[in-house]
Amino acid sequence: MKAVLLIDFGSTYTKITAVDVEEERILGTAQSFTTIETDILDGLNNALAILKEQIGEVEFSERYACSSAAGGLRMVAIGLVPDLTAKAARQASLGAGAKVIKTYSYELTEGDRKEIDQIHPDICLLTGGTDGGNKENIVYNARMLAETQQDFPIIIAGNRSCADQCQEILKDKQTYICENVMPQLNIPNVEPVQKKIREIFLEQIVKAKGLSHAQDLIQGILMPTPSAMLTAMKLLAKGTPKEAGMDDLVCVDLGGATTDVYSMSFGLPSTGMVVLRGLREEYAKRTVEGDIGMRYSIHGIVEATDMMRVSELSGLSEERCRELIDYLGVHTDVVPGADDGELEALDYALASLAIEVAVTRHAGRLEQFYSPMGISYLQTGKDLTGVKTVVVTGGAIIHTKRTAQIAAHALFDPVDAFSLKPKNADIYVDRRYILAAMGLLSTQYPETALRIMKKELVKE
Amino acid sequence: MEKKKLVIGVIGADVHAVGNTILNRAFLDAGFDVTNLGVLVPQDEFIKAAVEVGADAICVSSLYGQGEIDCTGMREKCDEAGLKGILLYAGGNLVVGKVPVEEIERRYKAMGFDRAFGPGTDPQVTIACLKEDLGVE
Repeated sequence: MKAVLLIDFGSTYTKITAVDVEEERILGTAQSFTTIETDILDGLNNALAILKEQIGEVEFSERYACSSAAGGLRMVAIGLVPDLTAKAARQASLGAGAKVIKTYSYELTEGDRKEIDQIHPDICLLTGGTDGGNKENIVYNARMLAETQQDFPIIIAGNRSCADQCQEILKDKQTYICENVMPQLNIPNVEPVQKKIREIFLEQIVKAKGLSHAQDLIQGILMPTPSAMLTAMKLLAKGTPKEAGMDDLVCVDLGGATTDVYSMSFGLPSTGMVVLRGLREEYAKRTVEGDIGMRYSIHGIVEATDMMRVSELSGLSEERCRELIDYLGVHTDVVPGADDGELEALDYALASLAIEVAVTRHAGRLEQFYSPMGISYLQTGKDLTGVKTVVVTGGAIIHTKRTAQIAAHALFDPVDAFSLKPKNADIYVDRRYILAAMGLLSTQYPETALRIMKKELVKE
Repeated sequence: MEKKKLVIGVIGADVHAVGNTILNRAFLDAGFDVTNLGVLVPQDEFIKAAVEVGADAICVSSLYGQGEIDCTGMREKCDEAGLKGILLYAGGNLVVGKVPVEEIERRYKAMGFDRAFGPGTDPQVTIACLKEDLGVE
């Protein structure tokens, strides 16, 4: 046996997964509260003690960790046009596993500057203009950022013609110049920026967040948790040269505060007469719905849909739904048991709607056009209709028996036929919540991580 | 000297791709930096693109006769987006029916376009105008 320990320092829980890499199996999983205020290792040791009760004393030869503790990797993204560089900057940050607190476009105002100081991000991404394109806006915004009081690293990744000028304006700040996040119109270039974000995360942020003394005990905090998820999903889709992947897929992580959606697919038009419009999207795309979550963001689900649908799906009256939702919004740690009829029914309805909203926002859309040549279509975003695999994870999904019914809300709906969600996909559940851990493991043992995922993901 | 930047495309619900492709080639050969938005392009997409690439001119094509409706208010939107004074051209079958070129020009200039070109205009004519208006040798 060769045991490896994978740790996820989450905002609430420290989750650990023990893996035997020789036999390629999960030895056990455990979790305990994250202890960022005292010593982050306390929470880890508590989780290890729980694990020991399950599987006995195990000697770990390697330990790897990811972290979203202390607020995660908090970023602000600045661009020029909302649909263009600002979107590309936001997308690049999300894809690097960051939590994008706010995205700004056009010229920053005094109010924006103060707000950025208040947010005090871990990293600020400054973009604007294609290469050789608009210069005035990014230079203006660099001047505004130079006036901020707080200290945070700034990545300059806009029009290359004025990168040096921006760096000069920001000479009292810590700056990094990167390739433009959108060098040509609609063609994003997110990898150089993401590489830089990862470097800054490893060099500085882990230390600043009091996670560094954990470094001695473990090989390293390798990445932010969402980045570990993305790594796992990319591996599961693409496979390795030795082990085949599962091809294009969509993954939904339904949390208490947010709902994350990942898609591994180029999402190009699947039929003729379709013109692709807008910013091209990355093969590996992550979106975060900050207003959609099962507890802290429970009211957001209702706002994004309506109470009538919650009532319909749960079989409870609108009045009763309203009462229970208010209750759960405050009592965020309630997990309904099987005998808890009303709450179980409500959670079922909310989880279904949360997935529906999050995947609809993530997926692309068609618009119909009547032209003298007949009907033609415009596609914005990704066409995911051909995707054959949907993976679901998150507490609300793992703890229920009606997983398949809930997850089916990620699929194509004839009522909203212009939303390009998967049409005929199999649904897989991450019952033991191991995906982020497998992303970590894959940095050293890609084939092993892939085979364990294929074994562990249960088809509904 | 830095190349002058053009944003081109076919406006509205019009899917005529050929003329636009020819223009793209001709403008590139003439030494312009061209951002081609293709077909089915709404007004605001021309404007967003022009803002981000820092365009010197927007050249709108329309072949299907509805150009007048599609182009209405474009100059005002450019002003609103901070593209004050940007060069605006339109070309193609810009109006419904057989209308003299002078009348087409009059209507489009009234909408704030700098120039309008009728059907069958040689791309070289447009290029000469662009060079003159943008002060390129």
